[in-house]
Amino acid sequence: METQLVLEKWPGAVSTVSIGAKKEEGGTRSCSIKIGGESALPLLFKEGSIPNKPKIAFEVWDIAPCDWPEELLAAYGEEINDPLAWADKCVNKYKAELLCVKMQGAHPDFGNKGTGESAKFISRLLSRVNVPLVIIGSDDDTKDNLIMPAVSEAAKKERCIIGCAVQDNYKTLAASALADGHSLIAQSPIDINIAKQLNILISDMGLAFERIVMDPTIGALGYGLEYAYSIMERARLAALSGDKTLACAFICFIGQEAWKTKEAKSSIEQGIVWEAVTASSLIQAGADLLVMRHPKAIEKVNNFIEILYSTPRL
Amino acid sequence: MFIIGELINGMYPNIALAISSRDKKAVQHCALEQLACGADALDINCGPGSKDPLIDMPWLIETIQEVTDKPLCLDSSKPQVIKDGLKACKNKTIINSTTADREKLDILIPLAKQYKSKLIGIAISKKGIPQNKDQRLELAALIITYCAEKKFPVEDLYLDPIAMPINVAQAQARDILECIREFKILSEPAPKTVIGLSNVSQGLHAHSLINRTFLTMAVDYGLDSAILNPLDKKLMDSLITAELILNKNIYCDSYLEAYRKK
Repeated sequence: METQLVLEKWPGAVSTVSIGAKKEEGGTRSCSIKIGGESALPLLFKEGSIPNKPKIAFEVWDIAPCDWPEELLAAYGEEINDPLAWADKCVNKYKAELLCVKMQGAHPDFGNKGTGESAKFISRLLSRVNVPLVIIGSDDDTKDNLIMPAVSEAAKKERCIIGCAVQDNYKTLAASALADGHSLIAQSPIDINIAKQLNILISDMGLAFERIVMDPTIGALGYGLEYAYSIMERARLAALSGDKTLACAFICFIGQEAWKTKEAKSSIEQGIVWEAVTASSLIQAGADLLVMRHPKAIEKVNNFIEILYSTPRL
Repeated sequence: MFIIGELINGMYPNIALAISSRDKKAVQHCALEQLACGADALDINCGPGSKDPLIDMPWLIETIQEVTDKPLCLDSSKPQVIKDGLKACKNKTIINSTTADREKLDILIPLAKQYKSKLIGIAISKKGIPQNKDQRLELAALIITYCAEKKFPVEDLYLDPIAMPINVAQAQARDILECIREFKILSEPAPKTVIGLSNVSQGLHAHSLINRTFLTMAVDYGLDSAILNPLDKKLMDSLITAELILNKNIYCDSYLEAYRKK
């Protein structure tokens, strides 16, 4: 007798976020990329619609990275010291579909770049590359509240994702996202209750849930990955059950977590695997957008995504 | 919890007046207010004062359908009123209600099938109100069996154990709560359960407190649906909190607001 699979039917769906505005939409990007939109748990294709594959954004900075392992830096060659050339290499050599630019140079300890300089960098980046952008601050709340409004305005109408809003500091970023037509990253510290609360606070400011992308905060393989996994799973189950306040796409900062680990730092081969395994595990937890660092790890994960989405489906 | 707002009922003077004076605005306002406060569906009852429910019911339905496409719960003990109401419905419907009497089931089950309507079945018969749990279960089983025979989907059947005012039948309150759980195991797929909440406190001083306490307890017994006053904010807050405690929703500091945003 043939085994009958028990299929779940879900009433809810994750909202779809478009990143990047093309010319006809008022922007200058070469394409617009969609993430989210699923009405089933990850990879359970028969239970609902999974219209968009997970996407990978190459992480670039506005300065040469200071705490990346030497061998990771070496993957980008000389260009790593010139952020615009680095971004260009990601797009033209490694065929990046998306970039995630971190404004690390604005941090008081890493150059303390001013508002004008930061905004100018984004304008130049937008003319140098034409892929959609994710733009995040320097992790210094006070400084980010100064530079991010200008950075956001420099990318007005480009339909970026900007971030990261947190429970104690979300108003400035939410106002910028609203004013300039971007989506917003809502970051919570591996805590589903705070994730939900922050989404509500942001939506109370007038930014629709459909324009929020959740960063659940992740841990790399061996460093709490399973905590992130279970938070993401719980949020996704709630979303699919109809809880709109949690029905947002996930962004996961894979590279920054994976390359912190001593295992990744101990050898480049192991580092690439560490980053790739962290990413592929979280794809199965529902990650929609992965921010990664090493081109080889990205290549591996892209291949993995292709296999997952092209294999005959059970 | 599937919430059916109870306020469009000719038993209430404002609705009785709206019906007799054909005041559409008053009815529509009452409908929208209940939906805004969390009702998923609206009960419609012409009330005892209606001289011609065969005309009043379709008028109420058409009036409400002008402002919402939410399900309507056609509330009458007269099958002909239900039938004429169903004819006027574009929205999804719930028939409220059949008893466990063959002559009613024979009319209402085919109607429910014909109009793809859900059906409320009350554990009551012409012999009167059941006096204990076993009698309630027997009547519920009779309705389920009849639905199955007539090929009406049991998951579209809402069984009501018939709540009694707490001063009239205090000893039965626990039976009623236990029926909510036990009705669900009478068949596979399980029927749904519903109660007319206001019955519990009819004519009593602390009606709002009794209603919300009873509802909180009923949520724990697995109640699927209730006909209630959604404008009672404390009642709705208690319901949301009860469901939260049972882990049906994820907590956050603004969980009441979050529930209402759903």
